[in-house]
Amino acid sequence: MTFYDIIFYLFAIITVASAFIVVTTRNIIYSGFSLLFTFFGVAGIYVLLGADFLAIVQIMVYVGGILILLLFGVMLTNKITNVDIRTGTVHLLPAAIGVGILFGALTSVMVYTEWKSEPGEIPLTTTFSIGKELLTNYVLIFELLGILLLIALIGAASIARREKE
Amino acid sequence: MTESLFTILSIIILFLPLLGFAVVLLLGKRLPKLYLFEIAVISITFLLSVIVMYFKLAYSIDRDIIASFNWITIGAAPLSGVLNIELGIKIDNVTVIMLFVVNLISMLVHIFSIEYMRGDIRYNRYFAYLGLFTFSMLGIVVTHNLLMMYIYWELVGLSSYLLIGHWFEKKSAADAAKKAFIVNRIGDIGMFIGILILFTQYKTFTFDKIFYQISQGNIPFNSEAWLTATGILIFMGAVGKSAQFPLHVWLPDAMEGPTPVSALIHAATMVAAGVFLVTRVFVMLTADAMLVIAVVGAFTSLVAATIALTQNDIKKVLAYSTVSQLGYMIMSLGVGAYVFAFFHLVTHAFFKACLFLGSGSVIHAMHHEQDIRNMGGLRKKLPLTYATFLMSTIAISGIPLTSGFLSKDGILAGTLAFGKLTGHWLIPIIGFTVAAMTAFYMFRLVILTFHGKPRDHHKYDHAHESSWVMVAPLVVLAALSIFIWYTPNPLSPDAGWFMSSWVKTPVTVVPENTRFEFMQSAVQGGESHGEIVHSPLYTETMHWAHYPAMIMSIVLAGFGILLAFTLYQWKKINADKIADRIKPLYNFSLNKWYLDEAYDATAISGTISLAKILSWFDNKIVDGAVNGSAWLGRFVSKISGLFDTYVIDGFVNFTAFFSGFIGFALRKIHTGKVQTYLVFVVFAVIILLLFFKPF
Amino acid sequence: MLQVGLAHFLVVSAILFSLGIYGIITRKNAVMVLMGLELILNAANINFVAFSKYGNLGINGQIVALFVIILAAAEAAIALAIVLNVYKTFANVNVDEINNLKD
Repeated sequence: MTFYDIIFYLFAIITVASAFIVVTTRNIIYSGFSLLFTFFGVAGIYVLLGADFLAIVQIMVYVGGILILLLFGVMLTNKITNVDIRTGTVHLLPAAIGVGILFGALTSVMVYTEWKSEPGEIPLTTTFSIGKELLTNYVLIFELLGILLLIALIGAASIARREKE
Repeated sequence: MTESLFTILSIIILFLPLLGFAVVLLLGKRLPKLYLFEIAVISITFLLSVIVMYFKLAYSIDRDIIASFNWITIGAAPLSGVLNIELGIKIDNVTVIMLFVVNLISMLVHIFSIEYMRGDIRYNRYFAYLGLFTFSMLGIVVTHNLLMMYIYWELVGLSSYLLIGHWFEKKSAADAAKKAFIVNRIGDIGMFIGILILFTQYKTFTFDKIFYQISQGNIPFNSEAWLTATGILIFMGAVGKSAQFPLHVWLPDAMEGPTPVSALIHAATMVAAGVFLVTRVFVMLTADAMLVIAVVGAFTSLVAATIALTQNDIKKVLAYSTVSQLGYMIMSLGVGAYVFAFFHLVTHAFFKACLFLGSGSVIHAMHHEQDIRNMGGLRKKLPLTYATFLMSTIAISGIPLTSGFLSKDGILAGTLAFGKLTGHWLIPIIGFTVAAMTAFYMFRLVILTFHGKPRDHHKYDHAHESSWVMVAPLVVLAALSIFIWYTPNPLSPDAGWFMSSWVKTPVTVVPENTRFEFMQSAVQGGESHGEIVHSPLYTETMHWAHYPAMIMSIVLAGFGILLAFTLYQWKKINADKIADRIKPLYNFSLNKWYLDEAYDATAISGTISLAKILSWFDNKIVDGAVNGSAWLGRFVSKISGLFDTYVIDGFVNFTAFFSGFIGFALRKIHTGKVQTYLVFVVFAVIILLLFFKPF
Repeated sequence: MLQVGLAHFLVVSAILFSLGIYGIITRKNAVMVLMGLELILNAANINFVAFSKYGNLGINGQIVALFVIILAAAEAAIALAIVLNVYKTFANVNVDEINNLKD
């Protein structure tokens, strides 16, 4: 058991445990905060996998953006004054069974498949290579994503806007 | 100017009008001033074509520019191997001259239409269609293969249809559009079959490759008859589009369209596309095919000229005159006078466009009066229109100092030489007769329209000269009818740049024994550019024919003009009395040789009676058989009905009941809740995973 | 315990994925459903990055993961806009009560 392994298990446990809380607790606010830990845990796993840039992006976009957005969603759609921020659940039993079987199947696929494992060249700091790739090989997708984000921005604003009476 | 720049410029020239068409058509309803965009586009196109023409003729006169790419590759079809279908353009001297002509006339017609069509309910759409037409016509001119040629060929047919039917509320206009389209289809079928024969044989549509194969002795189905037939089939396309007998009937009717359209499409450019097609495939025409072409052209020019003698509608006279002149060009190609045919195409385009636009100016001034019997004396009211109209009339009649004289004289000399060399004297005789007739009916038109006393005073008093927007194109076109643009010597085109260096007769590629003897090339094989194609004998005969043809054509034209003045200006002889004396002939001409009636009686009523026979056959024989079998069927069905009622129905009812039951049970699944659906998806994924057993 | 390798990361991702599915199915509140969705996207991303290191994807795996994050951001914005709109229309955001699909 090396230091690397210990760190991995630490982050894995943080991730899985907080994700478990996200989907089981009835309080939406608790869920949101657990999600924060999940995202941090995933970012840690990224670092372990040598993806430093991605880890930073994960924290900035997910924690700084998406999570805040989700919390805003919670606040805008629940009657805070009535403290009705609990959520009901449905299909608990079939979901548990189905997801259990799915998890089993997935895990067995993951573990027993003979993965073609020849580690690719991952540079020590990935920021430079990612930047280079983005502006050369992936430049079209990069541009398209820019347009997509713009469209999403306008679309979100136009969907959520109040109709003029 | 490099080759790639040439190519790019040509492609820009080709597609700019399409851009104009798309923009004006799509946005024309919102922006009523958008027609100005179309006019600007055409003007730019024209300027570019001037540039291309200048550089081609000045710096690259003997080198053609070809650019192409593989459009479709059909891999290894059975029995044929890999098929490559190429798209591409070919810029040679003929092309750049055509680019110039088409764009110039198109631009002038656009400008003319601003005033002529003012107030029209579909003003912008009219300009959009003009743009579409220009695009398709340029496409025909620049393409280097038969497939694209055919596509653009149909596109000009379509835009012609749209423009003839511009005032489709009028039944006659809608009918004329339909007629033009259907009659053209008949010719196009022939062309299509011809193209397919060539494609079957050579696996390519590209002109140069086909011609190379033929020159190597590879001819369709190893038979010279097939080569002749292919030439004639492709010529059928020209028969339809260039309004040759017997398919010329659509062109006079096409005069239902707006007059500028008649000038652009039905006088100067589209109808010349047929001639252009024949010039493109000229090198693969055998002697027999050329003879057919010459005879068709000569006959067409005669028929149309005789009809034009008696027409009273100003546009109808011009329409038949156009048919007649197109017949001239076709005849000229048939007798091997390639250069003069193309020369006449260009000069005719200018002066006939001028005549049509002039008639448009007259019609505009007379508030849409087209009958020349109600005109007269307009010379004083429309001085500029009169001057330009007269200039073009002199040109078409073949008086020296005009462009028409040069080209017409060349064609007549060609026919004369052909007559001497092959013994087909009828063709030159028809040619000279038509020359006299042309001079007569054109001056009859001028005199009845512009000279004498006004016959409809009310309309005469309201007539006034059109604005400069309409007159300027007339002046430009009339100026182009003077000889100086083509040659320094007003009596012979041979010294001119047009004849001596720009356009050359290409070397024929058909096998030796299927050529006319005089077409034997003096220089065998080798490059096909700039070589002398005719044998010394032919050149000699052409020289021999030059002066007789010139003198005869001047004398005959003078005679025709004199006759016209005697009959209509000085009224020495009463024209009506002559008409009475030769009543049957007069009526024959006035009713256009009864060709429309003949088609009604044969083709159309033939189709209808065939339909009637088929309908009788259907009613009696087929229906009888059907009824008989119906009776039999009823008998059988009664028996099976019993079986059905008890056995099948029982089964069906059970099935229905069973499905109903299942459906009732399954309906509960459809809760409308997204999450329930997701549960099913999860289970489905699990089942799939188990099914494929990846572990 | 085994030496940490590819399979470990994949198993973590599988757990996250299953939890995400579970969240989507069982929660009533639409915002919670979105949280489940984010979990699933993260699971997929872990796979990409893991294969980027252990497989032969190289840096490309990380770039695809980056794109997924961008898409997730766009998707979250749109989805929350829709949730707000649903809230305006139905006065709640409970997915199980919005069953107009049934009709």
